[in-house]
Amino acid sequence: MSLLEINNATLKFGGVVAVNDLSFSVEEGEVYAIVGPNGAGKSTAFNLISRFYEPFAGTFTFDGNNLLERDADQVADLGIARTFQNIELFEHATVLQNLLVGRHRHRKTTLLEEMFFTPRVRREEERHREAVEEVIDFLDLQPYRNKMIAGLPYGVRKVVELGRALASKPRLLLLDEPASGLSVEETQDMRWWIDDIRKQMGITVLMVEHDMGLVSGVSDRVLALADGAKLAEGTPAEVQANPAVIEAYLGAGAV
Amino acid sequence: MRIHFKTSYQHDIRLFPDRWTLCVYGALLALAFALPYLIGEFYLGEVTNVLIWAIAGLGLMLLTGQTGQASLGHAAFLAIGCYANTILIEQGVPFIIAFPLAGVITGFVGLLIAIPVLRLHGIYLAIATIALSVLADDIIVLTEHWSGGVSGKFPEMITIFGFEIERWSMPSRFYYLVLVVTIICTLFYRNLLRSPLGRAFAAVRDSEVSATAMGVHIARTKGKAFGLSCMITGWAGALMGYYAGTFNNETFSLVISITLLMMIVIGGLGSIHGAFFGAVVVAFLPQALSILKDNVVGSGVAIPGLETGVFGLILIMFILFEPMGIYGRWLKIRTWFELFPFARKDMFRRQKSYLKTERLR
Ligand SMILES: Nc1ncnc2c1ncn2[C@@H]1O[C@H](COP(=O)(O)OP(=O)(O)OP(=O)(O)O)[C@@H](O)[C@H]1O
Ligand SMILES: [Mg+2]
Repeated sequence: MSLLEINNATLKFGGVVAVNDLSFSVEEGEVYAIVGPNGAGKSTAFNLISRFYEPFAGTFTFDGNNLLERDADQVADLGIARTFQNIELFEHATVLQNLLVGRHRHRKTTLLEEMFFTPRVRREEERHREAVEEVIDFLDLQPYRNKMIAGLPYGVRKVVELGRALASKPRLLLLDEPASGLSVEETQDMRWWIDDIRKQMGITVLMVEHDMGLVSGVSDRVLALADGAKLAEGTPAEVQANPAVIEAYLGAGAV
Repeated sequence: MRIHFKTSYQHDIRLFPDRWTLCVYGALLALAFALPYLIGEFYLGEVTNVLIWAIAGLGLMLLTGQTGQASLGHAAFLAIGCYANTILIEQGVPFIIAFPLAGVITGFVGLLIAIPVLRLHGIYLAIATIALSVLADDIIVLTEHWSGGVSGKFPEMITIFGFEIERWSMPSRFYYLVLVVTIICTLFYRNLLRSPLGRAFAAVRDSEVSATAMGVHIARTKGKAFGLSCMITGWAGALMGYYAGTFNNETFSLVISITLLMMIVIGGLGSIHGAFFGAVVVAFLPQALSILKDNVVGSGVAIPGLETGVFGLILIMFILFEPMGIYGRWLKIRTWFELFPFARKDMFRRQKSYLKTERLR
């Protein structure tokens, strides 16, 4: 059984069919990429998985759980973490605090214990910080640990957002355009990280990305979307060679 | 500049990150406890007033500064705390139980009100909470049988295991009571900030979308913030009742709600310091103004609206020139001295701000 299985998902915004009868599945341990022109419905597919949008039709299964029975805040508990295309960080908090919010699903203490900061809360906090420090080391975020997000450059924010998702120790990581807006070197770093996330941490990655270099470099399988529907699926090379995909990207007559 | 060398996670978790801050706050606390021996009764009363406002400020700060939900209804919760405490004591409940309970009751009422109200955002939330302030007045009049209505109530003398405390005849005892409550509330606040719930508050404030994606239940978190905020506000209300010596339906008016909100904005949103700085301004401004007015135009002349006008002006100046409030200004001055002479002029300018879209694209 696949880790994530989506069958016949459809979502319309008014007249726009953002996702059209889309089916795909992501296997445990793979890096699965979604590509497609602007407005193809890639982010919408992510938001459906995150339960931000209610699909018109379709089934969503994660590790045997019916995602449609969950609210958006319960998706994280299953072990799904994500980043956003337009970075959504907690602006007026430090990098450390942002990453610690990633630990939210692992909290065990109650309001009353936290008010009195009992020894148990302290022990739990140490556990959370240990996990977060691992992420900080992994992503080389040490220089920014206690910096406010509000003053950080774009590239660092992207990494912090990745870190926050990793801090929750997910099974499935959704990355919405992890390399958009990054420099060549930063994109290279991102590539190593995604590789390590899969290989060392054993986290399955589902990502949306425009940078075909990155996509072919890290992903096992690629799904090409256009107008909310599946155009092609296969290895990066197969999808890139697919005439329908080339046409969707370059327009009719380019083949 | 102080450089923190982290040796363990304890470092970040500790109440005071380093020995220096421990010393500063230790000294401040020692000064606070020695204060009745250092200043006269009149000024001790004023400081007590500052502390009571600071507690109320902490209450609203938790909701507005920490969780990002504005409220113009907090005078209603001051009232609930005040009346609950007084009525409980009249029913024979000892102060040591009635007072904490008054806060808890206020917290629960706040939680009940939060469920429908916190569905609203921003300005709509502010308007809905104004209704609370207005309603509180009417409810107090309507429930005259318990609340004393327009004629009001006089809180009884506080006794804790036979130990008597009264605001007028023993101001230093009352001061110590208020000080202890202030310290407890500050500790609660600080503890929440360094645990998961406090971070969830900040998450809800800064991005509901990604808070949800990280597993934070938005409505529940806002509800908790509102409940806790109201609990602290309720305690402040009970103390205000004692401080004023008498209160009725008009004591906790909309003006108090507005003052409270302005206070935390001026002090600096999102910080404990901000509540205290703001309280100093609120408590001393009327005195300072009347002294100033007496010297400039003579004591016989009354200038209606002077206080409100000046207060509003200060608020506007802060929003324009120092949105981080007095605490923000203080941080900048401190950093300037720490870095001296290397501080640069544009050091605090933001690098760039990025648009956040409401739509999830
Ligand atoms: N909240 C919304 N309300 C209305 N229409 C929307 C909404 N979100 C997306 N759409 C529309 O749905 C379609 C798919 O959008 P989506 O954001 O999923 O595209 P995308 O593949 O992520 O594109 P990009 O590469 O630009 O990020 C677009 O036509 C978009 O205008
Ligand atoms: Mg997108």
